Amino acid sequence: MKITLISRNSKDKFHFTWMTICLIIILFLPLLLGIGLYLKSKLLLDSTSVFDILFSKEWSPIEGKFGMLPFINSSLWVTIIAILIAGPICLFSAIHLTQYAKKSFLNFMHPIIDILSGIPSVVYGVWGILIIVPLVSKYIGPFFGKETTGYSILSGSIVLAVMITPFILNILIDIFQTIPKELQEASLSLGATKWQTIKKVILKKALPGIISAITLGISRAFGETMAVMMVVGNVTKLKYGVFQPGYPLPALIANNYGEMMSIPMYDSALMFAAFILFAIVLLFNFASRLLIIKYEREIK
Amino acid sequence: MDNDIKINIKDLNLFIGNKHILKNINISIPNKKLTVILGPSGCGKTTLLKTLNRLTDLYPEVKVKGNIFIDNEDILHTNKNITEIRKNMGLLSQQPYPLPMNIFRNVTYGLRISGRRNRKILKNRVEHYLKQVNLWDEVKDRLKDSASQLSIGQQQRLCLARGLAVDPEIILADEPTSALDPISSQTIENEFLTFNGNYTIIVVTHSLRQAKRIADYVIFMYLGEVIEQNSADEFFNNPKEEKTKEYLKGIFN
Ligand SMILES: Nc1ncnc2c1ncn2[C@@H]1O[C@H](COP(=O)(O)OP(=O)(O)OP(=O)(O)O)[C@@H](O)[C@H]1O
Ligand SMILES: [Mg+2]
Repeated sequence: MKITLISRNSKDKFHFTWMTICLIIILFLPLLLGIGLYLKSKLLLDSTSVFDILFSKEWSPIEGKFGMLPFINSSLWVTIIAILIAGPICLFSAIHLTQYAKKSFLNFMHPIIDILSGIPSVVYGVWGILIIVPLVSKYIGPFFGKETTGYSILSGSIVLAVMITPFILNILIDIFQTIPKELQEASLSLGATKWQTIKKVILKKALPGIISAITLGISRAFGETMAVMMVVGNVTKLKYGVFQPGYPLPALIANNYGEMMSIPMYDSALMFAAFILFAIVLLFNFASRLLIIKYEREIK
Repeated sequence: MDNDIKINIKDLNLFIGNKHILKNINISIPNKKLTVILGPSGCGKTTLLKTLNRLTDLYPEVKVKGNIFIDNEDILHTNKNITEIRKNMGLLSQQPYPLPMNIFRNVTYGLRISGRRNRKILKNRVEHYLKQVNLWDEVKDRLKDSASQLSIGQQQRLCLARGLAVDPEIILADEPTSALDPISSQTIENEFLTFNGNYTIIVVTHSLRQAKRIADYVIFMYLGEVIEQNSADEFFNNPKEEKTKEYLKGIFN
């Protein structure tokens, strides 16, 4: 008896240690990543002020000018527009699937959504070139009276929106499904209509979850490289406008890293671009956490 | 139809997919009396309550056949607004589900939904109904706090107040005390006894002792069928059916 007890205890201890180590790795990984990127970009930061890098439009590595504003701008625009397109679509689809559709329909949709979120991004990129780019250059652009090649911020956003839709939708469906049916029944039995119930009870209850789903979507969209790179144009001399080509940060890094490394500080500049990417995603996540905590305090 | 009958269920059948859940239910529920529904787990008690409230509409896979007359109006085949029908019935579930808002808003939810916004009247109503469920003294200083901060027993009383606030004639309660501590459950039970005579109350319970304490009328269900229904006196002292006798002896439990 005693022996098994002891051995179980030591087993528990072993598992505990093991799990703690894993946890520490998970906690330190982002930190290490951040420090690594920072150290690598130090060379550039020593010679140019952060302000100049972040807010200058001049990108000319040969002249040693590394203004990243155009890239940051492109990244933000592509992401924001993608979320503006995907967010409402996902929200309404999730409401429909969980609140109105038959269970069998949801069961049928689940694997489809999973498949969509598993498609490699290069495939979305090809699809973007074949369908979205022509659509933008032939129809959407002219409709707004703009001339465009189609390789543009808008095309990037649309492809991105399609890509993150299954991802966000999956999370939202889970969130709506965890809201107890009884809560809805309570609201209905008090004389609320179904739509009133959704607005006043379900959305309210789901709001923290919706915020995290959107944030995860943003983080994902912000870092997405391949598919966006294929349709966004990748031009460094930027003009502003959604029908103009853009050059988001991930594309900048992916296109240039490993090339032209003889140019001084080029390598360091790309690392700094990665660092910005990392920092913005981190900030987004912190901000949404704060928002959720604040909100939960209010209703909880 | 008998004037003392509030709810009359005729040949009610309910299917979920191919499963026959409620089988040929015929029930008469007396007006302004407390009716208890008894029966082993899974026999369809909750489903029956939800059918009365048309909450079954929520589930597209559920098919309902038959008639449910409430005051001679067949609520399964009516042009009347379903929200009006539901508002006529307060619902109390096994676990309290406070709405995600503060205590005040929980009680006034139904009133605000039907467009009543007058602050003074709402305040007045909140006090009235919270007093009616013996919660007022405990929460009067924190009406703006979120309802989920209350204890489970308090939440259940809040849910009762919230249901009463839309002024129903019927109260449906599905094992309303099974998740509560003895004192809270005593409070709820006493409230039912106090209300009795003013509302038509239907309570599902697994506790025979509770049933004996509160019931005027008893319905016993087994595997989706109503086996026996009778006044509480007759039901407990002189059961007719073999199944009822077994149940009362505690053989199923
Ligand atoms: N959504 C559903 N899909 C399929 N079957 C269901 C569904 N809801 C209920 N049932 C089935 O209907 C039958 C009756 O369920 P119900 O919840 O009404 O029983 P109950 O008498 O309330 O039981 P308990 O005392 O355990 O609460 C059960 O056999 C249950 O499995
Ligand atoms: Mg039940």
